Amino acid sequence: MKLTLKIWRQKGPNDKGQMVTYPIDNIDGDMSFLEMMDVLNNQLIESGDDPIAFDHDCREGICGMCSLYINGEAHGPDRGVTTCQLHMRKFSDGETIYIEPWRAKAFPVIKDLVVDRSSFDRIMASGGFVSVNTSGNTVDANAIPVPKADADNAFEAATCIGCGACVASCKNASAMLFVSAKVSQLALLPQGQVEAADRVLNMVKTMDEEGFGNCTNTGACEVECPKGISLENIARMNREYMSAMVK
Amino acid sequence: MSKSAILSSSIAKKYWMALTGLFLCLFLVGHLIGNLQLIFITGEEGKRAFNEYAHFMTHNPAIKALSYLTYFSIIFHSIDGIMLAIKNKKARPQNYAYNNPGANSSTPSRYMAVLGTLILVFICTHMANFWGKMHFDTIPLHTKTIEIPNEMGGEAQKVELYLTTKGDYVAAQQFEVRNETEFYVKDLDLKMGEGYKDLHGLVMSFFGQNKPGFDKNDLAPFAVILYMLAMATLGFHLWHGFSSAFQSVGVRVSSYKHPIEIAGKVFSVVVPGLFAIIPLIIYLF
Repeated sequence: MKLTLKIWRQKGPNDKGQMVTYPIDNIDGDMSFLEMMDVLNNQLIESGDDPIAFDHDCREGICGMCSLYINGEAHGPDRGVTTCQLHMRKFSDGETIYIEPWRAKAFPVIKDLVVDRSSFDRIMASGGFVSVNTSGNTVDANAIPVPKADADNAFEAATCIGCGACVASCKNASAMLFVSAKVSQLALLPQGQVEAADRVLNMVKTMDEEGFGNCTNTGACEVECPKGISLENIARMNREYMSAMVK
Repeated sequence: MSKSAILSSSIAKKYWMALTGLFLCLFLVGHLIGNLQLIFITGEEGKRAFNEYAHFMTHNPAIKALSYLTYFSIIFHSIDGIMLAIKNKKARPQNYAYNNPGANSSTPSRYMAVLGTLILVFICTHMANFWGKMHFDTIPLHTKTIEIPNEMGGEAQKVELYLTTKGDYVAAQQFEVRNETEFYVKDLDLKMGEGYKDLHGLVMSFFGQNKPGFDKNDLAPFAVILYMLAMATLGFHLWHGFSSAFQSVGVRVSSYKHPIEIAGKVFSVVVPGLFAIIPLIIYLF
């Protein structure tokens, strides 16, 4: 498979950056997208060029480390997968592929395709936790009865891997899907009730302060989310926020 | 929490967008029912029904309170929308070199601010053309011309009558009009009643091209086309906005999601659609 790659190159946070074209040949359809990037980087290193920086870790689709905005979509054209699980057979021979970093004020570019997603960590630190007893007589979490539907919804929300595809896809660079998943996974369970009101208020406050946009309910985040996190979580967060506001 | 969050937080801003938007949807339904009288009731009866309705809408205290709520909603919805759009623009200082938003979202959902701005421009022109004239301008009063046959032969005598707010007709030549709508006995400070502003005639000559019995208007086809385009814009805005409002206030949960979305799509087609055919019917018939 022969491809033309148009890739964002940026030397550092303060560099202006630009799209650079790289032709590449002999790409196998069974390669993952990141393996294709590895091949390109090997070629760049061999020719003495600076390899392209991109985030990756588990390459099993569960760590949330890989990103990449491929041909105008977060994690590329496939659905329900991260970039590491996207295969080159989804592209056709001779195709031009655009590869860019997540674009958001709250996700500044560190180098090339790597962005700083620590704004997500700060949102989590502001409320994405529950209080637990650490005095030694900890109660087994499974001893607390939870309705099946709530447990399922909480689990589905908890599958969010925090990759930031929702922010990247959103026309407003909004983090609502991420924050709502984190609010939901705790708000749905009895253990999450103690801090429920403070959690949603503080997480939304931090989200706003970090410079993420607002939700226009376009639903782009839900479509592009590799874990299929539902917009219903945003509706739930809106309810949680309303009840926390009147408390 | 700080009280300012009720206005400034991203989620609270969306509540206000949703609540003012849904209230304006209710307003649209009321406005539409009023407008439909223009095409469903014809002749003098239709003219009377519409002018009496217009008089009621501008004089009833309860309606007045609702109208202030409507003005407030339009202004708040616009300002809040502009503030949201500015914040959203700032959230992505650098755009993608290549983007494919059509793969994951509907076109109207991505252009709500643009559609909303166009609707605001329409509302301004619409209010200048009708609301402003009804409230502040001197416009002709509701009159009816009857012919009294000349029993001696020869031409029939034409008599112009005013419709009064008491529901009866009085001969126009006996009175003079003061303060836009009040009938006074000529040369006396004796108020005999009040008439109706002829908003019906204003609308008919605005959208009807040189209709017999109404003011001449060569620009009517443009008015009809622009009005219909404005209604199409409104339709696109509502196509996303109606169900989006329910999402913003948190009631679009799985069991209601489908019915709310269907209701939103039906509303966005039916309401602007019915608004749009009214001037077309006036123009054509």
